[in-house]
Amino acid sequence: MGQMIDMLCSGHAACPGCMEALSLRHVIAELGPDTVAVIPPSCLAIMAGPQPFSGLRIPVYQPTLESSAAAASGIRRALDVRGRKDTHVVALAGDGGTYDIGFQSLSSAAERNENILYVCFDNEGYMNTGAQKSSSTPHFARTSSTPAGKHSRKKNLTEIMAAHEIPYAATATPGYLDDLLQKVRKAKSMRGLRLITLLVPCLDGWGVPDHFGVGLSRLAVESGVFPLYEVEDGARYKLTGPGKTRPVADYLNVQRRYRDVDEAEVEQLQREVDAGWQRLLEKAKPC
Amino acid sequence: MSTKRVLLTGNHAAAWGARLARPKVVPVYPITPQTPVLELLTEFQAAGEFDAEILTPESEHSVMAACIPASLTGVRVFTATASQGLMLMHEVLHYAVGARAPIVMVNVNRTIGSPWAFWPDQTDSVAQRDTGWIQYYVENAQEALDTVIQAYRVAEGVSIPAMINLDAFYVSHALEPVAIPEQELVDAYLPPYRPAHFLEPGRNESWGNVVTQEMYYRHRRDIGAAMDRVPALAVEADRDWELATGRGWGAIERYRCEGAEIVIVTMGSMCGTARDAVDALREAGVAAGLVKVRLFRPLPSAALRKALAGARDVLVLDRNFSPGVGGVLHQELRAALYGMKSAPQVHGYLAGVGGVNVPPDRIVHFAREARASDAEPEPVWVK
Repeated sequence: MGQMIDMLCSGHAACPGCMEALSLRHVIAELGPDTVAVIPPSCLAIMAGPQPFSGLRIPVYQPTLESSAAAASGIRRALDVRGRKDTHVVALAGDGGTYDIGFQSLSSAAERNENILYVCFDNEGYMNTGAQKSSSTPHFARTSSTPAGKHSRKKNLTEIMAAHEIPYAATATPGYLDDLLQKVRKAKSMRGLRLITLLVPCLDGWGVPDHFGVGLSRLAVESGVFPLYEVEDGARYKLTGPGKTRPVADYLNVQRRYRDVDEAEVEQLQREVDAGWQRLLEKAKPC
Repeated sequence: MSTKRVLLTGNHAAAWGARLARPKVVPVYPITPQTPVLELLTEFQAAGEFDAEILTPESEHSVMAACIPASLTGVRVFTATASQGLMLMHEVLHYAVGARAPIVMVNVNRTIGSPWAFWPDQTDSVAQRDTGWIQYYVENAQEALDTVIQAYRVAEGVSIPAMINLDAFYVSHALEPVAIPEQELVDAYLPPYRPAHFLEPGRNESWGNVVTQEMYYRHRRDIGAAMDRVPALAVEADRDWELATGRGWGAIERYRCEGAEIVIVTMGSMCGTARDAVDALREAGVAAGLVKVRLFRPLPSAALRKALAGARDVLVLDRNFSPGVGGVLHQELRAALYGMKSAPQVHGYLAGVGGVNVPPDRIVHFAREARASDAEPEPVWVK
């Protein structure tokens, strides 16, 4: 690996040990300086500010929460007109801004196959406002708006976006950094709408110690809760990470947000993960 | 110079105005009665006559959300909408002004649901008066074409977006002879958009970052200062256009106001009808006149005070309704004239709300009625 050109400045306001800041640093370093970023309200926007400072060494446009994909489309088209077709446009949005309020505009940008990279920094809730539930919050997880645990399952963004038959959809997490960087590199080399669902454990929101972000990121993959894979054109599936080697309980037990789950709920989560893993294996099977 | 004269609807005239202004990015969403604007622009593009990136997002909200950073990336941007579409854009209309993005948008004035209706009514756009968009109201197809082009001059001169409003059907769908100016004439009038600031790698300029109270205060004050420059700039842009084409429209227009005791004030297609009413009143020996408000935001208050000085009665005809207040133009006019020495009394008539027809003889009747009575503080519902 060559020398990393840091595009994220020191002194930003992310929490100590933040997985999102770590991921952001690597994603934008990989994209390089010929990039324009779109960052809606989120923890990422905190890292990008405040005026008159900028946490990023590239131009940043901060749109309203629900319009990242539309805003990125507008910048893309304007850059194309200006003859800058090779400049990257990247949307860096949270799960609230993607799975929930931003989903309509994202789906439309995917349908138009706009030439943008969309990275969803998925920490499974509205962490910037104090850890409320989003449609990415997993089953039974406690948040400040689901104090008794969430009663419904997490939306599967990657599969929904793959069903749009976009050129590239992938999952990644900073615990497997080489895999993450490989996916950013691959996405960077392609055109059209590319999406990376980037699972970033939120230390405070999920209830783990400051040093445990990377470890938890790895547990999410090893337990099969968050499989690493990629899909090209909605059809060609490829597993890119290790297999499912641990019970879900190993992942749940270390997080305060699952502190009230009972045995039956753990079993149910295990069944959900097993079924999801099985479905993924079917899709990734060589034909 | 060969100017082409053709029959065009207001919508198609607006689309021609957009084509001649050479925007480079056009995000747009279909909605009755605006759709013909979108359709004609896509036809121009398909025929290779319109060199712009057209994108068709899933909603008007995303349309405006795409317009703003496209403009901030340093290119000229156009879009068009109506009614519910404008309502859906509300949040991002504010955002566009904050971003100082000189987007030009045509809005076809149509009733807002619920219940569903498709009639001319200006409540949709007057309800956006606090967003900070420059607002024009036009009376016919030719004015729609001319105003789209003029609006770019003004909007780009102050970095504030501009909205051109045309009444549903009366203007948007009525066919009228329209002079289409030569592209060279428009190019000379409206040079390419070259902003001082724009988003581009290497320039390290960004937009939208969190600011302090002091910065926010300063930013809002700057927007106000830019708006203050608009009336003079609009008059200048109109005068230059008149020099180039022979057609000027004014920020406001005074029609037969000499010695007028009663002056009708209104916006949009109602002005054409009011002109006939003024003629009929003059014919009958009543000293009546018309002031057409073409530039509504910012309101050219100084020009209005001057135009209405000396009249005994002002009759405002509002084709809009703000529950709890009444007609918005009525409210604005009373505020603009307040404190004038021997200010005229201002009658507020809610005429044509919901698209009900207001023929010239009814306006003659309203004027006679207003002249014979003291102005009510409350708005009066009339048909």
